[in-house]
Amino acid sequence: MEQVKTEMKHKYLSDYLASDAVVKCQKCGAEMAESKMAEQMFICPECKKYNRVPARVRIEMLCDKGTFEEFNADVVSNNPIGFPDYDDKIKSATKKSQENEGVICGKAKIGSNPCCIFVMESNFMMGSMGSVVGDKITAVFEYATAHSLPVIGYTVSGGARMQEGMISLMQMAKVSGAVKRHNDAKNFYLVCATDPTTGGVTASFAMLGDVIISEPGALVGFAGKRVIEQVTGEKLPDTFQSAEFQLKNGFLDAIVERSEHREYISTLLKMHRKV
Amino acid sequence: MNAYEKIKCTRKAGRATAKDYIDSIFDSFIEFHGDRRLGDDPAIVGGVAFLDKTPVTVIGIEKGHELNERIRRNFGCVSPEGYRKALRLMKEAEKFGRPVVCFVDTQGASCGKGAEEHGAGQAIADNLYEMMTLRTPVITVMVGEGSSGGALALAVADEIWMLENAYFTVVSPEACASILYKDSSRADEAAEHLKLSAQDLTEIDIVENLIKEPQDFTDEKECSAFMDSMKKQLVKRLKKLSAENTEQLLENRYEKYRKIGRCAEEGACRASSKTKKHGLFRR
Repeated sequence: MEQVKTEMKHKYLSDYLASDAVVKCQKCGAEMAESKMAEQMFICPECKKYNRVPARVRIEMLCDKGTFEEFNADVVSNNPIGFPDYDDKIKSATKKSQENEGVICGKAKIGSNPCCIFVMESNFMMGSMGSVVGDKITAVFEYATAHSLPVIGYTVSGGARMQEGMISLMQMAKVSGAVKRHNDAKNFYLVCATDPTTGGVTASFAMLGDVIISEPGALVGFAGKRVIEQVTGEKLPDTFQSAEFQLKNGFLDAIVERSEHREYISTLLKMHRKV
Repeated sequence: MNAYEKIKCTRKAGRATAKDYIDSIFDSFIEFHGDRRLGDDPAIVGGVAFLDKTPVTVIGIEKGHELNERIRRNFGCVSPEGYRKALRLMKEAEKFGRPVVCFVDTQGASCGKGAEEHGAGQAIADNLYEMMTLRTPVITVMVGEGSSGGALALAVADEIWMLENAYFTVVSPEACASILYKDSSRADEAAEHLKLSAQDLTEIDIVENLIKEPQDFTDEKECSAFMDSMKKQLVKRLKKLSAENTEQLLENRYEKYRKIGRCAEEGACRASSKTKKHGLFRR
């Protein structure tokens, strides 16, 4: 089935800062103007919950102004296994996110340090990983390996994208392989698992960084909490699979406050700079 | 048989499990236990054995046959300790230059509080990562169920073989149906859409060898002929793979996965002006 390419109008931080649309906090439900949420780096002024940051805004928050160069911006998914209603889902995700797919990749500078970067987009089918997401991330790692560049990755994902069947599942192996080659060439990879990072993304590149960080209160886990509760009949606490839980169990290097990310990453990039 | 009937077939009692393959195909199997970190997972059976006269490392996800054994093996749902044991054995195989044969039969990774606390995601990720560059040949045989990341964690291989009624899927058809239709009893419909059968996966080059299976696994004569034939094929293919230059072997393995769902630009990754599409199934 042919897919008509829609005209894209990416939304930037300035758009959110000028927006008087009413948004709700993901946790406490407090309603406020989108501009107010954006001013606070999408941290709820009422309950301090870290709300999700749109991928393009995250890139603006991290990268030196004007340095981001996007790779593979126009690649879109088709429906490789002919899954019912998938074309419509892609269409509405594109409309909702004003992005072509669930990840934005490219190269940039952070604190004058050159790097490659990928940021997943929660507004595109909850950042689920299909062939385009897997392929774009693989490509950015291959580029980084070829150019001896570090990779900074931000994950947010419900896991592998069901609608592409095994092609999605295989992206886990494919990206992990590209990360391995990047690693074996002694390049640095920092990944920040943001809320929520689950399923096949947790079970692949989100857990393969030299440094793995997260944000306060983020959900990071493999199996869904509700599924575990159903299977085991055990009620799990609110803190289960939180970033704090992962830190305590030894799977994260640090939980870093959002306002500190740029400085934190920039320092680490400086420490790993190749001469 | 439709896709869901095949799935039911993989769940039938009497179907050969990993241990049956190990016992029938290999000689002098010596089982090794534990991940050397935290524990031993009975859902993974692994060790060394002779295949024909060549030492190999063999690892299987074992469901068990009798109820008590099935409980003990957590019905083939592997814990992080199990994946780490498997990886330990693979690294050992790499050290001694032994080929690796994996048998996969799982409805998914262990689902529970402990598995999350011990890093199920990290353990699976580590296997995918390390297997991609394991410097020895790996063949993975999907012998029954193959659900999600829990199955993939032993399926980064030079070749994936699959029994004709086995399935390999991104998500169990039951879970898929409950997400799509809010009704897990519509798993049969979901199974058709997911393209999870050995035939489908052979068509899109995920599976290299589609293996004809016995009509009845409990028929001794038929089953033993089947095991003999698989043994012959393993001997032949591993001989071929072992003769290959290691760098070439790893390049081919990387490319096997690299080409699945390929759509982005290579090299400079410049944003292309035209929209890329890719289709796989011709029908």
